[in-house]
This record gives sequence, C-alpha cells and structure tokens, in this order.
Amino acid sequence: MNALVVDDSRAMRMILTRIMTELGFETHEAENGQEALECLRRVGSVDLALVDWNMPVMNGLEFIRAVRANPRYADIRILMVTSETDFGNVTEALAAGADEYAMKPFDRSMIIDKLQLVGLGA
Amino acid sequence: MDSTSTMVGTTTTLSNDAFEFVRSLIYQQAAIVIDSSKSYLVESRLAPLARKEGASSVNAFLRQVRSQRSVSLQQQIVDAMTTNETLFFRDGPAFDALRLQVIPELIKQRSAEKSLNIWSAASSTGQEPYSIAMLLRECFPELGAWDVRIFATDVSREVLEAAKKGQFSQIEINRGLPAALLLKYFRQGGTRWTIRDDIRQMVTFAPCNLAGDWPSMPKFDLILMRNVLIYFDMVAKQSILTKANRSLSCVGSLLLGNGETMMNIDAGFDRMTYDKAVYYKLKR
Repeated sequence: MNALVVDDSRAMRMILTRIMTELGFETHEAENGQEALECLRRVGSVDLALVDWNMPVMNGLEFIRAVRANPRYADIRILMVTSETDFGNVTEALAAGADEYAMKPFDRSMIIDKLQLVGLGA
Repeated sequence: MDSTSTMVGTTTTLSNDAFEFVRSLIYQQAAIVIDSSKSYLVESRLAPLARKEGASSVNAFLRQVRSQRSVSLQQQIVDAMTTNETLFFRDGPAFDALRLQVIPELIKQRSAEKSLNIWSAASSTGQEPYSIAMLLRECFPELGAWDVRIFATDVSREVLEAAKKGQFSQIEINRGLPAALLLKYFRQGGTRWTIRDDIRQMVTFAPCNLAGDWPSMPKFDLILMRNVLIYFDMVAKQSILTKANRSLSCVGSLLLGNGETMMNIDAGFDRMTYDKAVYYKLKR
C-alpha cells in the first residue's frame, strides 16, 4: 500500500513518513495541496493521504475537495492530521470529504487506530 | 480471599525509590513527567510486566531492572507507562462480533422480556461502557423501547469519578473514536469533550474489586471483562471466572481481552468465535 503525507512542516513529514514506512506503506511527501495533487497525477493514486490543514499555496481542505471532485481518486482514504481542534473544524473536514480526523499531537498508536477506522488496519 | 495478596495494583505499595526510578526513566526516555500522586498508576501499569518476568512484586521487579541495567526491560517499562491502554471501541474485531453476532442474537433471545443487562467489569475512565452505549444507539435503534442497563465497575474510585462525568481530553477522544461519532455524541468545552447526557445516563458506575466480594447485581446478558485478568494470578483468575459464570444469564456472553484465554482454567464456559474475535457462553 502507498501513502501520501501532505504537510508544510518538514519535521512533521519526517515523523509521519517514518511511522507509515514502519507500518509497511510506500510513502510520498508533499509540502502543500498543490504539490500533493501533482504527486497524485505523477504516481496515479495512493491508498491513503494524511493531510495537514494549514499550508501555503493550497490548504488541506482545498486539497481534499479537489480530490473528492475527481472520480479517479474515489478510493483514496483521507485522514486529516491537524492542530485545528474545534468541533467546527472536524465538521468542516468531514463535510469536505475527509474519512477521519486526527488532532495533533499524535503518536504512532493513534495513527494505527485511525488506519483501522478508515479500513486500512492490520 | 485477601484481595491485596492476589491482585497486584489495588494497593499502592510502591516504594519511593522505585517510583522515583520509574519517574526518572520515563522523563529521560519519553520526556513525560509523572505526577508524584500517580504511584498507583505506575504500579498498576507495571504489574503485568512484573508478573511476566517472574517477580513477586513491582518493587522486586524494579530492583531487578536496576541491578541488571537491562535496556530491554527499561524499554518495556517505558512502553507500559506511555501506552494509553484505554480507548474507545478498543479491539475492532470484538466490537464487530458484538455488532454482527452477539447483540443481534441477544435481541432475538430477549425479545419477549425486552430487557438487556450489560456489565463492563473493568471500565476504567469509561471509554468501554460509553462505546457500548454508542454502539447500541447507532446500530440497534429498536433497543430504544427496551429496558437496557449498562453497569460499569472498576476497582479505582478515582477513575470511576472521572468516568461518571463523561469528560475526555483531546488525546482521549483521539483514540479509537470515529470522528462522525465524536460530532454526534460529544460537545466541546475548550480542550475537554463531554459525552451527551442521554448516552451518559445509559451507564451506571459503581466500585467493584473483582478479586473481592462482588456487589449485588442482576444476571448479565453480556459481560465485558477485558484486559483485566492479566493483573491476577491463576487462583484469582479461576475464582473470578467462576463468579462470572454464575453472573451470566443462560443466553449471556462473556468477552475477555484480545489475546486473553481461559487456558488451564475450567470455569464452565464454551468458547465461541466470530471472525477473529473470541467470546464465551455457559457450557451446555
């Protein structure tokens, strides 16, 4: 399985990539939504996208809406991983098409829980 | 039976030296500060590890770790202390078994009485009984017209008080709880999330030391006794499971934790399975 980590923080991308690699995913990285869409065009598709909310150029919510508008990417599971923690944020992310929502800070076991919730668990 | 002799973790007998060793280790390795009032937590989290290593107590286990300077054991201590073991809908296969087999069968068998008694026997801070309440509300709306009682017990009055409030931190609601259910069944107040009153009121909390005398309770159609038997020795496990047998209704099911078995214990149960999940019913 392969995953796309979308976050403007290099440190966060490294942490998530390490976790996903340890879990057996081939992982791609992008610094914002625009780069992530280009990555999807390049690699075809991914099984899972882990998406930050606040990023320059194209934010996470805009990326999710763009992905959900493209039937070619209908099977991508989207996990929002963000420091936005309001009830309204969770509502907005799910309405945009995120499958699950993880609030930072997170750890490996929480990511594993979320993978199970989106049907990609062991 | 003297419960303090059989259940490691119900009393805080951890020495100051031992506590300070663990506190320092966790700080160095995980940058987590353990409050000095959490001695009981250290003891209860490390009890299964101490037992596995053949130590007579957590104090003895920690003396052994310090003298051997075992990096592997130190890592296991860090894991035991930093893994948040309490999460919503813990163990997906078990909840699948409840949703797709155990509860539908109970509904058929109890259709005349229209009543269900459920017991979460080691409810900790409430994630398990509240998960059951949400599961019933989500998947079995017909039970709205039934008399459904969820009893939740724990040995620690401190965690019961927390559980009764139905308030959870951001980290807790991040564990195991689908976002859609978070939105549906919780309201937010700052960094705390509180479960809706109608779900909270489905659960009755009370203290119970599984190794001691059990309070007067009805016969249960479902007992969840998950991830708690690891804290007891074989004699206590036998006693607890024998009492669980007597507390189960004739149509009832007992769930243990993932990986917990009744190996070498005969408490009068038949082993049942649903996909990857195991549960037990009274021997026919």
